[in-house]
Amino acid sequence: MGKMSVDLCGITLDNPVIPASGTFGYGYEFAKLYDINMLGTFSFKGTTAMPRFGNPTPRIAECTSGMINSVGLQNPGIDNVISEELPKLRKVFSKPVMANVCGFSVDEYVEICRKLNDAGGIGWYEINVSCPNVHGGGMSFGVCASEAAKVTKSVKEVSKRPVIIKLSPNVTDITEIAKACENAGADGISLINTMLGMRIDLKTKKPVIANVMGGFSGPAVFPVALRMVYQVSKAVKIPVVGMGGVSSAEDVIEMMLAGATAVEIGTANLIEPFACRDIIKELPSVMGKYGINELKDIIGGCR
Amino acid sequence: MKQSLFKIVKNEKLTENVFKMTLSGDTSEIKTPGQFVNIKLEGLFLRRPISVHDCYDDTLVIIYKTVGKGTEMMSHMNSGALDLLTGLGNGYDTSISGKRPLLIGGGVGVPPLYLLAKKLVSEGKDVSVILGFNTSDEVFCEDEFKALSNDVRVTTVDGTYGTRGFVTDAFDGIDYTYFYTCGPEPMLKAVYKATETSGQFSFEERMGCGFGACMGCSCKTVTGYKRICKDGPVLKKEEILWEK
Repeated sequence: MGKMSVDLCGITLDNPVIPASGTFGYGYEFAKLYDINMLGTFSFKGTTAMPRFGNPTPRIAECTSGMINSVGLQNPGIDNVISEELPKLRKVFSKPVMANVCGFSVDEYVEICRKLNDAGGIGWYEINVSCPNVHGGGMSFGVCASEAAKVTKSVKEVSKRPVIIKLSPNVTDITEIAKACENAGADGISLINTMLGMRIDLKTKKPVIANVMGGFSGPAVFPVALRMVYQVSKAVKIPVVGMGGVSSAEDVIEMMLAGATAVEIGTANLIEPFACRDIIKELPSVMGKYGINELKDIIGGCR
Repeated sequence: MKQSLFKIVKNEKLTENVFKMTLSGDTSEIKTPGQFVNIKLEGLFLRRPISVHDCYDDTLVIIYKTVGKGTEMMSHMNSGALDLLTGLGNGYDTSISGKRPLLIGGGVGVPPLYLLAKKLVSEGKDVSVILGFNTSDEVFCEDEFKALSNDVRVTTVDGTYGTRGFVTDAFDGIDYTYFYTCGPEPMLKAVYKATETSGQFSFEERMGCGFGACMGCSCKTVTGYKRICKDGPVLKKEEILWEK
């Protein structure tokens, strides 16, 4: 194992850097820019049972050190993902990929995982119970401990792969939800999804986002995300994947010190398309600067 | 797509709130008229997408209107360098224009039609141009188009310059084989109704990344969902679904 490698639920990652779902498509757009096999893995676009267009536009708003999106889980649906997207993905990415799964009912999560069980090249299921941009599903499972546990338990019953539950920060106590998922059999927790936010256009006096509210992300949320990763990693024994505003090699190390086994990078990819490549390249020298020999040794190392 | 630094060579004021910035850098990825660049600005988070007005050798020219913080900031820049993503968007397809294409631009929808006109003329085509503005003070680029075409018509809504009215009031007597247009959405809709041939429309939308990753600027078309930044910004008349 190399100095940057970590073990995520029994699968070795060459490094802990994982482009986050919804910012990296199904990989092949970025593969035109650089060799994405240098990544630890990546989490592909959140996939539902049926194709979805998502929310009306405008879906994007500028914020200080961040942005709001209200894409609303636009995706081609699981059958198309398996028949069209995964074969394209496989041509450019040879490592196990993380499959991001979204649903509007417990049955939908289960159905998608069942279908993915037969698809090759997938390492983990990241179960998104935290999308703030859809109604009657998504986040409603992630803001209630018993609902999150129900999804976890049902998915675990059918899943042939490690199940990582992706949590929402829009809750009173995220550790309660994380513990409920752990007790229901989750193999890992990833956090945080975006924070519910809003902007108003002063000229029109209307919300900038057509759907009024959306998910706030970017460097501005990093301290909140870091705090929640710290809290959750103290509350559970299963691995935690940290994300939220990570934009540099230093941020990756900080997330790992807070307790993250691996680190997802989302919004940074949209502003700096080479962000993940550059962070992976910079990690060794930043590790050297802070006297870190092996990255896996610093997980949860903040005292 | 390419990410590189461009040096600001010149930044001229064309009208009260429209500016023309000349930049110097690696333009190798800019391959088609109608493409855009995405500009990183100090202190702002999202990049700002601006269409390419002209491009030759290592020179890139953009024309933009000050509509918010980003473009306001740009209007004060006279030196230094900008971090650009270049070669974004599909651009206009000139191969199906026929012999007499008509170009219809409105306001800051005019700039991308200039590089398009240059390309069409270089292909030996006879180009007609209609440029629409609100009032005489807002007119720009007329002379640049006149250097390329004998038939350049300007309209102003208040009639203070050229033909009074909208771009669709200036079609008289133009025997066009195809059309290309860019401008505000109400104008695009009017052009859609007023034109008798097929054509291509360039659309605008708030974007996240500008290169197809975030699904922030999706739209529905006859041929399925498209991303304005990657599958557009140019759509063919036959595939447009007007929603709003």
